[in-house]
Amino acid sequence: MDNLYRDFILEHYRNPHNQGVLDPHDLQFADSNPTCGDEMSMTLRLDEGKERVTEVAFDGRGCAISQASASILTDELPGKTVQELRDLDPRGVVENLGVPIGPARLKCALLSYKVLQGAVMGSEARWPEEADVLIDAYEGGTSP
Amino acid sequence: MALREALPGVLDGAALRADFPVFDRPMRSGKPVAYLDSASSSQKPRAVIEAVADTYGHHYANVHRGIYELSVDADARYEGARTALALFIGAPSPRELIFVRNATEAINLVAYSWGRTNLGPGDLILSTEMEHHANLVPWQQLAAATGATLEYVRITDDGRLDLDDLRSRLARGPKLVAFSQVSNALGTINPVAEITRMAHEAGAVVLLDAAQSVPHMPVDIAALGVDFLALSGHKMLGPSGIGALWGRRELLDAMPPFMTGGSMITRVTLEGTEWNEVPWKFEAGTPAIAEAAGLGAAVVYLEALGMVNVRAHERFLFERAWAALGEIDGIRRLGPSDPAEHAGLISFVLEGVHPHDMATVFDGQGVAVRAGHHCAQPVMLRYDLPATTRASFYVYNDLDDINRLVDAIRATQTLFGKA
Repeated sequence: MDNLYRDFILEHYRNPHNQGVLDPHDLQFADSNPTCGDEMSMTLRLDEGKERVTEVAFDGRGCAISQASASILTDELPGKTVQELRDLDPRGVVENLGVPIGPARLKCALLSYKVLQGAVMGSEARWPEEADVLIDAYEGGTSP
Repeated sequence: MALREALPGVLDGAALRADFPVFDRPMRSGKPVAYLDSASSSQKPRAVIEAVADTYGHHYANVHRGIYELSVDADARYEGARTALALFIGAPSPRELIFVRNATEAINLVAYSWGRTNLGPGDLILSTEMEHHANLVPWQQLAAATGATLEYVRITDDGRLDLDDLRSRLARGPKLVAFSQVSNALGTINPVAEITRMAHEAGAVVLLDAAQSVPHMPVDIAALGVDFLALSGHKMLGPSGIGALWGRRELLDAMPPFMTGGSMITRVTLEGTEWNEVPWKFEAGTPAIAEAAGLGAAVVYLEALGMVNVRAHERFLFERAWAALGEIDGIRRLGPSDPAEHAGLISFVLEGVHPHDMATVFDGQGVAVRAGHHCAQPVMLRYDLPATTRASFYVYNDLDDINRLVDAIRATQTLFGKA
């Protein structure tokens, strides 16, 4: 399981990108991981047309996987439209971590995704179906 | 092992592992599991697994109904398990022991049946900050439904119930005091007899959540003096899906049924129904028959070991593990340091490493621990922690498991860089 903690992940954990709270902001959401209670919030600023993300920050404390996932995900958001955020594929978020994520840690990997969905969809946001995400994450024969 | 010979009562964990098929299975690491999550759910000895299989295989029919041999067999196993468990916990009579799914259901039964009958606006329910959600959420629901007030006894910095705080809250005359004998998140052993005496003097009914105590130490209802006691079978080597509520006969007799239907009646007409006697009044529908038989086998297994010995064994492992963890930089151990007040589990945090990450690294070495809030989020809030890692001990653990735990912590520190 040590290969879950590659230097890449640990580096994001120790020095997370985009950490903090944007004030003022256009979009905001906070949520928690039901398996451990870790909490995360996200604030986003949009351009003048309120269409594209200009800045994003996340805050909260959590495990290496949830923090690295948030750090990596938020790096990708500036320039994207709000609609693109709504359409974001949770499988991509997991794949971008570049390490095998098993069922026990999937919610850690997807917490940032869930918070982002809340920011653009409000309380309608749901945890993605674990089975769908895992089937894809396992493809290619990577076993955690 | 010389050490064991010097300590009467300490069990041979390695020898006992031979009774548990799970330890035959190598984990991904190639080694058998160092199972340190028994406070969540215990592993099962062959005797329990076989009792379940044998009931289904050769002695199965519905209970309380059949005139034929198989049904009489199933009845004997089901009611035999009730009697064995009642004796095991010092219940005055097996008639006061109700089979339920688990301690959670036992507590809900009291909350719905006793609580909604006996509580109203202005009444006070007293629970504690230390409780598992199972002994907390049902009281929140009961308070919301009846207009009663719910208060929590505070816990001290070292994880004890604050008895001065308890005393001042008891002065306001609560109708119910609900607390646990052992905290699943901290390991604290509460002074049950003393708290119960204080609560009774204040006129309260006492419910004890014994899910973390009955599996690990001698529990004698008569000595504790409580009015209700909840336990789960799956934490005491028994199957999941079977647990028990013990209650004083006069309380149970006066309570309405929790669930209604078949088998809990004596006479049903289209106009109305007469309830069966306790405990069957509270056991609507076909119960977990084979699981009850399995729980009966678990009781037999534990009695053969002797609960005094089980407690001595876990206390020995606790003392060794507490000391070993204390020598590691960056470790913070929760709960009382006095082994007389601490059950066989240690909840701890490691500076700079989230408990989830720790548990994942441990898993790679075949060391199974619990990481999270342990269904006791108010406890985490009390100590301003998002989560802890918990290692819990049982009869099949020994010093080798503690060495593997320490090695796993060191490996985690190496991976994450010393804090």
